Amino acid sequence: MKHLKKIVCASAAAVLAAAALTGCGGGEEKSDTIKIGTDLEMTGNQAAYGQDAMRGAQLAVDEINKAGGVLGKKIELVSLDNKSEPSEAASAAQKLVDEGVVAVVAPNMSSNALAAVPILNGAKIPSISPGGTNPKITVDENSGKVIPYSYRACFIDPYQGKVMASFVADKLGKKKVAILIDNSSDYAKGLAKFFTEAFTAKGGTVVGTEAYLQKDTDFNAVLTKIKDLDPDFIYVPGYYQEVGLILKQARAMGITVPFGGGDGWDSPTLAEIAGADALAGTYYSNHYAIQEDNKKVMDFVNAYKAANNQEPGVFGALTYDTIHLLAQVIKDAGSADPQKIADGLAALKSFSGVTGDMSFTDTHDAKKAAFILTFKDGKPVFADKISAD
Amino acid sequence: MDSGLITQFIQQIINGVSLGSIYALIALGYTMVYGIMRLINFAHGDIYMLGAYVGFFVTTQLQLGFFPALICAMVAIGIAGVLIEKLVYKPLRASSKISILITAIGMSLFLEYTTMYFLTPQPRTFPPVLPNTIFHLGDVIISFQQLVILGSTVVLMLLLWYVVQYTKMGKAMRAVSYDTDAALLMGINVDHVISFTFALGSALAGAAGVLVGIYYNTIDPLMGIMPGLKAFIAAVLGGIGIIPGAMMGGIILGVVEALVSGFISSTFRDAAAFGILIVILLIKPTGLLGKNQTEKV
Repeated sequence: MKHLKKIVCASAAAVLAAAALTGCGGGEEKSDTIKIGTDLEMTGNQAAYGQDAMRGAQLAVDEINKAGGVLGKKIELVSLDNKSEPSEAASAAQKLVDEGVVAVVAPNMSSNALAAVPILNGAKIPSISPGGTNPKITVDENSGKVIPYSYRACFIDPYQGKVMASFVADKLGKKKVAILIDNSSDYAKGLAKFFTEAFTAKGGTVVGTEAYLQKDTDFNAVLTKIKDLDPDFIYVPGYYQEVGLILKQARAMGITVPFGGGDGWDSPTLAEIAGADALAGTYYSNHYAIQEDNKKVMDFVNAYKAANNQEPGVFGALTYDTIHLLAQVIKDAGSADPQKIADGLAALKSFSGVTGDMSFTDTHDAKKAAFILTFKDGKPVFADKISAD
Repeated sequence: MDSGLITQFIQQIINGVSLGSIYALIALGYTMVYGIMRLINFAHGDIYMLGAYVGFFVTTQLQLGFFPALICAMVAIGIAGVLIEKLVYKPLRASSKISILITAIGMSLFLEYTTMYFLTPQPRTFPPVLPNTIFHLGDVIISFQQLVILGSTVVLMLLLWYVVQYTKMGKAMRAVSYDTDAALLMGINVDHVISFTFALGSALAGAAGVLVGIYYNTIDPLMGIMPGLKAFIAAVLGGIGIIPGAMMGGIILGVVEALVSGFISSTFRDAAAFGILIVILLIKPTGLLGKNQTEKV
């Protein structure tokens, strides 16, 4: 494994050298645009997310270029497709390094970002994953050290557990919570753990913790048990497919208390499976929400709609912010040199985007508030904005 | 026992029986094919998945109701089952058991990923074709859909029992199951019997697919894996190759799962299901209704 790392680093270095050489040759071409690479899921399983992200990125670039660009230069997107696969994400990262981009929008899916980041970091090209939530994207698992050139524009998963705990305890005033965990997902287990810690610290009780597995379809038995525990809130930090079934079966069984979860709930399919009625009185935390009374957000939503004839998703918003963030950093640094951009990211004081105001934590995660959404006629709507420490 | 606990117990039994009746429907196909061919058809869970998709397209594209969807799926999947037997298993009939078993696993993966390729891995949601009525019996709750599942399962099982016990084809099936060579010598067309068995077993799995699609209203290309395995356990539990055994095994398994989730821990549910398989294989490998036989080598 170590040997392999060496090879990867060495080849990355060699390619970097080659890129520097070709960069010298094409000097004139380099001077009129600033190349930003995107390594996104344009095809494959997660294509819906990648395309949303790409539309967000393109919209941001168009806006910046229309306003005169950055440092008098236009931004040029070098867009590569990682086909929703880690190996392709790594090879796309390599190609972007070869192209001489100054910064990269890293993949949104954690597994793909994890494959791309070592190559970009090895080449000393700053990268920002707009929506990759796995802690390992910015912190090396073995050494526990922060990866110097890798950032993310979102908070990490455990934060959502804390946010939901404070929403349930402080805003909803609930005391007795039951938790139903997707036992096959580290994401769900992490959320549940941090929810439990934060909620009990606030004086609440977790009356029961039950589990299910992905692809389960029958939750009647476990819900019958939870119903008997008589909780006043049920936390289900799973993914929309099972959550939809859980909500539907729970409401059919006469469980009327509110439910809550994390961004794994965010899909139109949730409403199709559960039905609009079952979604009444449910809440989930997310990175982004359409807020009718926020001009900045609505301007973005309208511009995105005008360009693409559909509403932006979470990844579209996060990627849109990522491009604007890079532009701000380049402007403040007064240079589009990768090292200067990396220094600028490390020193970033604040950036105001459509997903909220943010800065970076010591571990290169975005420090910002989370959104709580609820459902109205089966459609997610903004309910609250909460920040937890 | 206080009354709350009793209510919960009855509720969990109802949950278990409705889940178990689906296992039983799938288990019947496993057991029938095994009874005739001594083949564990691991693609059976995926045949059930295909049934759910046929039901989905009939209800969404053709806008038909519950019964037409059920019948269309049973016919289509019955034909699909025969085709799979003719194209995949028949050429291997003289081969060793292990190569047929591996082929069955390959067939299972083929069905899963071909469906995924053409219909995307995204889950699809069934339209509501049955009313969402809930019945309250004291504190115990039964939904109309649970009753429909249970009713359909019982009717299908009675039909199967009639076919196997009282028709000429059923008699032939029993004969082939008892001794293939002797049946052949008696002038029974074994190929026909095998095809018929596949058609019948697959049609039942197709029906189970539609019932599950309607009850849980979501289907995806990998939905057959877990129920397929659970149905296999049910078939072994009741005694593989024995039709009433599959029904019994399915219901017992569903009830055990519900009771374990409800009264011990939901994390032990699958462990209990697979634990049953291990225990039954250790104590009574022929299953609850099986007779001890020495295998002729």
